[in-house]
Amino acid sequence: MAEADLFEFLTRMGDNTLILGHRVSEWCGHAPVLEEDIALANTALDLIGQTQLWLGLAAEVEGKGRTADDLAFLRDAGAFRNLLLVERPNGDFGQTLMRQFLFDAWHHAMLSALCQSADPRVAAIAEKAVKEVAYHLERSADLVIRLGDGTEESHGRMQAALDDIWPYAGEMFLADATDAAMAEAGVAPDPAALKPVWQATVGEVLSDATLTAPDTDFSHKGGRIGIHTEHLGYILAEMQFLQRAYPGAVW
Amino acid sequence: MRPEPDRIWRWLAEVPDPEIPVISVTDLGIVRDVEWQGETLVVTVTPTYSGCPATTAINLDIEAMLRAKGIADLRIERRLAPPWSTDWISTEGRERLRAYGIAPPIDGTAPDGRTIARATRLSGANLTVPCPRCGSASTERISQFGSTPCKAAWRCKDCLEPFDYFKCH
Repeated sequence: MAEADLFEFLTRMGDNTLILGHRVSEWCGHAPVLEEDIALANTALDLIGQTQLWLGLAAEVEGKGRTADDLAFLRDAGAFRNLLLVERPNGDFGQTLMRQFLFDAWHHAMLSALCQSADPRVAAIAEKAVKEVAYHLERSADLVIRLGDGTEESHGRMQAALDDIWPYAGEMFLADATDAAMAEAGVAPDPAALKPVWQATVGEVLSDATLTAPDTDFSHKGGRIGIHTEHLGYILAEMQFLQRAYPGAVW
Repeated sequence: MRPEPDRIWRWLAEVPDPEIPVISVTDLGIVRDVEWQGETLVVTVTPTYSGCPATTAINLDIEAMLRAKGIADLRIERRLAPPWSTDWISTEGRERLRAYGIAPPIDGTAPDGRTIARATRLSGANLTVPCPRCGSASTERISQFGSTPCKAAWRCKDCLEPFDYFKCH
């Protein structure tokens, strides 16, 4: 296994949590109720904390003297490896929640598998993060059910959110040479192996929520190899502004 | 001068958590090791939640306490594995949390992360958390997320007071 493959894998993990963490943090002070505002902020905080671990290890593996902060604030969009799903705009609360649920169901399955990683550094981060993500999944699944199986208005919005985000879910299970190298070395699972677990969780929750997944396997893809939608550029423009305008600024 | 680790543990037992000052960093169970490596004191600390902003403050507080005790050569190391669990919170710490108005974690219900999500949700729903103010078992969860990463928001149906629950982790 080449160190370059491990670096690639670690930035995929860290960029997912970074970009989703930033997206979710955009809700701070704007959520429909106080409890949800707090839950969203806490979820974002967990994800940013996990980012420090993943990107910190990526920087260490790379061995070029970069830090997690350098990777977060000084790379351009083409170097980001997150799924297109996590850079989707927040939309209404239902869209944010549906994106979160589909991601949490994958994230929990992925981290559970990574707890068995042959690389003890990867396993240590996964064992830490999976406990936090268990709470994320519990919340997002509960709310998808409550709002899906709720009023006519909430049901309609959740179904629309599901239809909108569904074509971005398939990218989670696509594999390339990096994934093959990780699976070969026992560092990470084959992404396709997570699909049955994800489908079981999602199927059960959507059924309880009286929602219907679109009958299509079509999937947008590209984020994992650095080909992004225009949304990522806007996220980076805001997130990286300070380090770009004042290079090297510290607290 | 190299004070015995036992003595250093007692000093650390006086370093309060910055967010919940009634319990110490040793009550929380986050100090994992204290040892001399040559002339350097190495204190190993594990984070509670990976994004908890108190982590930095805790490390600074530990360092400040040890420097005040005359230890000049020291290093604080982070250890992730095994991950911190609320099962490591001391019995005294739990009692102090309760007296402070925060319901302590209930043992044995911590999601180990590998639990099937559905089972986790169902077991969470059956959890009984006694009200730290009036002791009533008639309480309900308002939100799994609270004022800090480690707490959930609950409400007592008898005395009607909202309260924090130090959730299992």
